[in-house]
Amino acid sequence: MSAIEQTLTAAATPKRRAFTGRVTQRHVIRSEWTKLWSLRSTRWSLLFAVIAMAGLGVLIAAVSMGRWSHLSPHDRATFDSIDRSLGGYHLAQLAIGVLGVLVISGEYSTGMIRSSLMAVPRRLPVLWAKIAVFASVTFVLMLASAFVAFFGAQAILTEHHVNVTLSHPHALRTLVGTVLFMTVTGILCVALGTIIRSTAGAIATFAGLLFVLPGINDILPSSLSNAINPYLPSSAGAAIASAVPDAHTLSPWTGFAVYCGYTLALLALAAYLLVRRDA
Amino acid sequence: MTKRYGEKVAVDDLTFSVAPGIVTGFLGPNGAGKSTTMRLILGLDAPSKGAVRINGCSYRDLSAPLHEVGAMLEARAIHTGRSAYNHLLALAQTHGIPRGRVEEVIELVGLGEVARKRVGSFSLGMGQRLGVAAALLGDPATVILDEPANGLDPEGIQWIRNLLKGLAAEGRTVFLSSHLMSEMSQTADHLIVIGRGRLIADTSVTEFVRRASSDANVRVRSPRADELREVLTRRKMAVQSIEEGLLEVSGLTGEQIGEIALEARIVISELTPHQASLEEAFMSLTGDSVEYRASTGENGETEIVGAAA
Repeated sequence: MSAIEQTLTAAATPKRRAFTGRVTQRHVIRSEWTKLWSLRSTRWSLLFAVIAMAGLGVLIAAVSMGRWSHLSPHDRATFDSIDRSLGGYHLAQLAIGVLGVLVISGEYSTGMIRSSLMAVPRRLPVLWAKIAVFASVTFVLMLASAFVAFFGAQAILTEHHVNVTLSHPHALRTLVGTVLFMTVTGILCVALGTIIRSTAGAIATFAGLLFVLPGINDILPSSLSNAINPYLPSSAGAAIASAVPDAHTLSPWTGFAVYCGYTLALLALAAYLLVRRDA
Repeated sequence: MTKRYGEKVAVDDLTFSVAPGIVTGFLGPNGAGKSTTMRLILGLDAPSKGAVRINGCSYRDLSAPLHEVGAMLEARAIHTGRSAYNHLLALAQTHGIPRGRVEEVIELVGLGEVARKRVGSFSLGMGQRLGVAAALLGDPATVILDEPANGLDPEGIQWIRNLLKGLAAEGRTVFLSSHLMSEMSQTADHLIVIGRGRLIADTSVTEFVRRASSDANVRVRSPRADELREVLTRRKMAVQSIEEGLLEVSGLTGEQIGEIALEARIVISELTPHQASLEEAFMSLTGDSVEYRASTGENGETEIVGAAA
């Protein structure tokens, strides 16, 4: 009898393994770190962003120096050494945005999202971890690339003595601001990918918001478009990434705050939908 | 519980429970709501009405779900660009499961040689093995597998059968779905049969087989089939002539027919129990509830899988 009882007890409580981990935000962040770097598309996109950010500004500086004697006096007088050196961000931002979308839409298109959400059924830690990992990677890589671009370009610009140093008014703010703008764009794109779930749809929306909306605004009557322009996501965000502000834009930090506001609103919607929708 | 997708009711007031220590089969034709039910269990979809409890807890409230429930869904849930190892590692890291365990499950499912290859290059069978590895990663008390035999070769099917039986013998709850009765009869101890999202049967496999074989037929071949037919008909047995020299008898076992034939001194050249197979029993049970029937095909083979499947 006792033998039977023993078997039954043994059967009722399977031998459990020594590891007794549970889901924590820190664990999920480590998981997302692995996920980000274990995809070839990530590595290529980030490499592209780094090359664009670090290289394009230097290239522009070299071309400008080569053609310096052909430039009009007006062009020479208004030559902006800071913005020229960081000009690569327009291209780098495109790669960052696309990658931001892919970070989550790639999981929907392959079905990976079901594995992710089965492991983390409360769901929100997945979104926060994706943003934490992607935003830090973007910030660090783009900051390093921006410094390379800045110092590389300034070294070339010494040829005609139009170079500036980091202590120049706006130089450091513009450099860090450019990187912050790109980082927040990355977060905005993770939010878009979460909301829209399809890669193509989310990338189209990203391009629409940042690149098409300004074009549409431009064809409105100028009284109207000048009033709208400062609040467009692209102009608000770009305010901090420019040493010399354009006409009809907000001040750098105000513009950045507005851009962060848009991103937070989208992020809130993304979080709500992620929790509420069937996966 | 009930699950509606718009107007369509995928799971209709379905209630059942699954016990530990045995393999429970979840059976139903394509589109019956098996996968939907599993998604509801795993908290991927929220039920329109009702709830799923795992040891009294809703899946979403589990603090370490991979230790409680290991699951493999029918549709692939793996990023194709990642290697098998990294896929499992990323899942393991959410729970702080050590790398050693990742390597262990990779060996367990026999993917050691391809673990560093991108999942996109995997065959269906390799994908299934990786799905099983992911399900076992957290050494879970409950294992849920959707159509685990899909895409596996005969050796793989044998392997998964033994694996599942072993898991159940260790006291775990094993719950697996299939649309193939024959597969279930060899693996499962208990059956839950659904059709059109409703519960059709909740019974042990033995009981199901007994019920199915009670309408088993026996095929008898004899050079004197006509005489045998008369003898059997006299005993009020249902006999049918299939072709010249071949009869189909229902309600008698092969043994009984043999004895009757011996008494009547009729030579029999062949005696085959023709199980109204489990498959047929299953089909007669779910016959009215098949969601999508191919317009030209005769049965299962050409079914169209519904959106809910």
